[in-house]
Amino acid sequence: MSLTRPGLWAAALLLALSLGTLAAVAWRAEWAGGLGAADWAAIRFTLTQALVSAALSVGLAVPVARALARRAFPGRAVLVTLLGAPFILPVVVAVMGLLAVFGRRGLVSDALATFGLPPIDIYGFEGVVLAHVFFNLPLATRMLLQGWLAIPSERFRLAESLGAPVGRLLEWPMVRATAPGAFLVIFLICLSSFAVALILGGGPRATTVELAIYQAVRFDFDLGRAALLALVQFGLCALVAAVAFRVALPDGLGGGLDRVVRRRDGVPLLDAAWIGAAALFLLVPLGAVVLAGVAGLVDLPGSIWAASLRSLGVALVATALAMTLALVLALRPGAGVSLAGVLPLAASPLVVGTGLFVLLYPFVSPGRVALAVTALVNAMMAVPFAVRILAPAVAQAEATYGRLADGLGLAGWQRLRLLLLPRLRRPLGFAAGLAAALSMGDLGVITLFAGSDKATLPLEMYRLMGSYRSDAAAGAGLLLFGLSLGLFWLFDRGGRIGADT
Amino acid sequence: MRTTATIAGLMLATTASAETLTIYTYDSFVPEWGPGPAVAAAFEAQCGCEIEFVAAGDGAALLSRLRLEGARTEADIVLGLDSNLVAQARETGLFAPHGVEADFDLPVAWDDDTFLPFDWGYFAFVSSADTEAPANFRELAESDLSIAIQDPRSSTPGLGLVLWVEQAYGEEAGEVWQGLADNVLTVTPGWSEAYGLFLEGEADAVLSYTTSPAYHAIAEEDDSKVAWAFDEGHYLQIEVVAMVEGTDQPELAQDFMAFVATDGFQSVIPTTNWMYPAVTPAEGLPEGFGELVQPETALLYPPQEAAEVREDAIATWRDALAQ
Repeated sequence: MSLTRPGLWAAALLLALSLGTLAAVAWRAEWAGGLGAADWAAIRFTLTQALVSAALSVGLAVPVARALARRAFPGRAVLVTLLGAPFILPVVVAVMGLLAVFGRRGLVSDALATFGLPPIDIYGFEGVVLAHVFFNLPLATRMLLQGWLAIPSERFRLAESLGAPVGRLLEWPMVRATAPGAFLVIFLICLSSFAVALILGGGPRATTVELAIYQAVRFDFDLGRAALLALVQFGLCALVAAVAFRVALPDGLGGGLDRVVRRRDGVPLLDAAWIGAAALFLLVPLGAVVLAGVAGLVDLPGSIWAASLRSLGVALVATALAMTLALVLALRPGAGVSLAGVLPLAASPLVVGTGLFVLLYPFVSPGRVALAVTALVNAMMAVPFAVRILAPAVAQAEATYGRLADGLGLAGWQRLRLLLLPRLRRPLGFAAGLAAALSMGDLGVITLFAGSDKATLPLEMYRLMGSYRSDAAAGAGLLLFGLSLGLFWLFDRGGRIGADT
Repeated sequence: MRTTATIAGLMLATTASAETLTIYTYDSFVPEWGPGPAVAAAFEAQCGCEIEFVAAGDGAALLSRLRLEGARTEADIVLGLDSNLVAQARETGLFAPHGVEADFDLPVAWDDDTFLPFDWGYFAFVSSADTEAPANFRELAESDLSIAIQDPRSSTPGLGLVLWVEQAYGEEAGEVWQGLADNVLTVTPGWSEAYGLFLEGEADAVLSYTTSPAYHAIAEEDDSKVAWAFDEGHYLQIEVVAMVEGTDQPELAQDFMAFVATDGFQSVIPTTNWMYPAVTPAEGLPEGFGELVQPETALLYPPQEAAEVREDAIATWRDALAQ
């Protein structure tokens, strides 16, 4: 297929951005020594919390996604959109929302107090895992839900009329194919977690590798140690990626007509309980974010609007770039491409940013390219999600219609336009929504490059927080939440429109 | 030869059209509600030049950015390093003496020909007025009050706290931290997150500054926040500004350094940066500042010593809290 070459280019670009920037940092470093005992403690903690967080997120997502896949109810579409919300919230905003529910003065503690019980204390390992599940359960649910929706409805009807076990024949193979990928992605997100672990971790026991990198770059200016730690992070990523790819089995179900599944199996009450519990867990903290932010909206400074426009621009550019890269990668499956689609997640944003700084500084003033670099790095960080969402859909379309298309001599651009893109609408919309929202909410590398007057909305929010203006910061958080969710909804819906007919 | 002449001509043309002084500073200095705009307006009125602020995270990130850029940096002035970072900043060799004479109103003597103080504050725990205030770290350790603090490995106030305990207790610092371990609700990456936790009611107190209650009193007309006075004394944060040696605007930079010690700069500081001005302006301090806690003892490691004890002090902190 003539789309091979762009796929290679995209893979090369992602490799350069993740490993190349690491090399640039290492090249600029003065080597002082290896890793100390504290670094190893950080590696252990990072690994443990990431494994537990990812296992819980994916494990809980299976029944939730299954329930969502087979039940139709009013508000389902809104709920599915809102599922994307925690994941795209800026970390600090989401943590404040979580604390409004699970904190010492949160709803749960208040409820306990009415029974004369002491408040719950989530600071520590539990808090870190709780927050990571809050962020990633929705993502896992959406990824698995895509898998469920990709099972042709004809199969369910056939299985039903034959009285065959739907779970074993149809659903388990799909979970086998989808869950390891979801687990890997979430593991990697938790691996490079920094602020969550630090805010909810309760103390230096909860030091992650990313914090150690942050300290090395920003406080000690020990670039050698930063590069070494970033390498460790890549090593952990490679290890878990190898396991995940081995466990994942290719899905060989064949195709059908894209109809919404109408099913009668399962216990409705149990499904309702899963959906209700997940919705409560996710939506109550979001409600707290909205409540806290509404009062602050009137305090927003004028500069917030220019910052919002800048962030929207960055998000749209990053989305276009991420979708292009992800699509060409998804069209050319293979080990190298899979790796390029995962590596960016294991990259430390700080090391990537510092590496780019080192590489670009000789040629251009950092402030001038701040927004361009932010868009580029945001796109890079979104590619793994997009590839994970697109690749199975591409594979399925190829498996179903590939031979027909070959017979018709459909190749290259024609094949993409006539065969693949129409089949990919739903995953493309979801992936683009995710990329846009992620880019919108990410503080990213703008802090490394920021010149004069180039603040993005997340940066502006942090600045408000950093100067006592917590009400206005909460307002900015709500604005950011609204814009991110709006972008997500637009793209995601764009992909879903007409999917029912 | 002709190219050289053209380039020289172009350079002359650009410098003649707009003289720009580039100031690298921390994030919270530049927003419209921060000191930046007023400071820039006051200086631009006297110099007929333009000020361009480049915001680079916090004080530590600012120094890292400068080290990444090295001698080629576009910065003419670096504003916002704190005294605990001065030794590392000096080591870079990127800064030039400022040549400014000023009568500083600092609680300790400060005599440095390169790093000029522009404001200062005492670190302190801030709590609600109705919380019973401990009188020192030991009392705090014995109480069941919860505190939110910042990580000394990623935040300048966090480092200030660790040096505070280190200087007040020396050999006993580890024991004090062990006592405090069950009071520490959590450790945040920066000041903002810890202060947010406190405002949400998650922690009884937060490590901040004695001047923090002034913000609530003046900007929000809320008198309910107080700073605890500790009888060990309070550690200082002195924020400094310095001139970059390789600046292409040496005269402007020199003028700006002199301007820092004048009222035009200093009178902006109290109600925008919420710190004490390094030189008290002629009109005195704003009203709310009069009621603030006045520590009896000011603690501060001189820059070189701060750099030397830093690593061990952080290790003591980490070992005590990680148990």
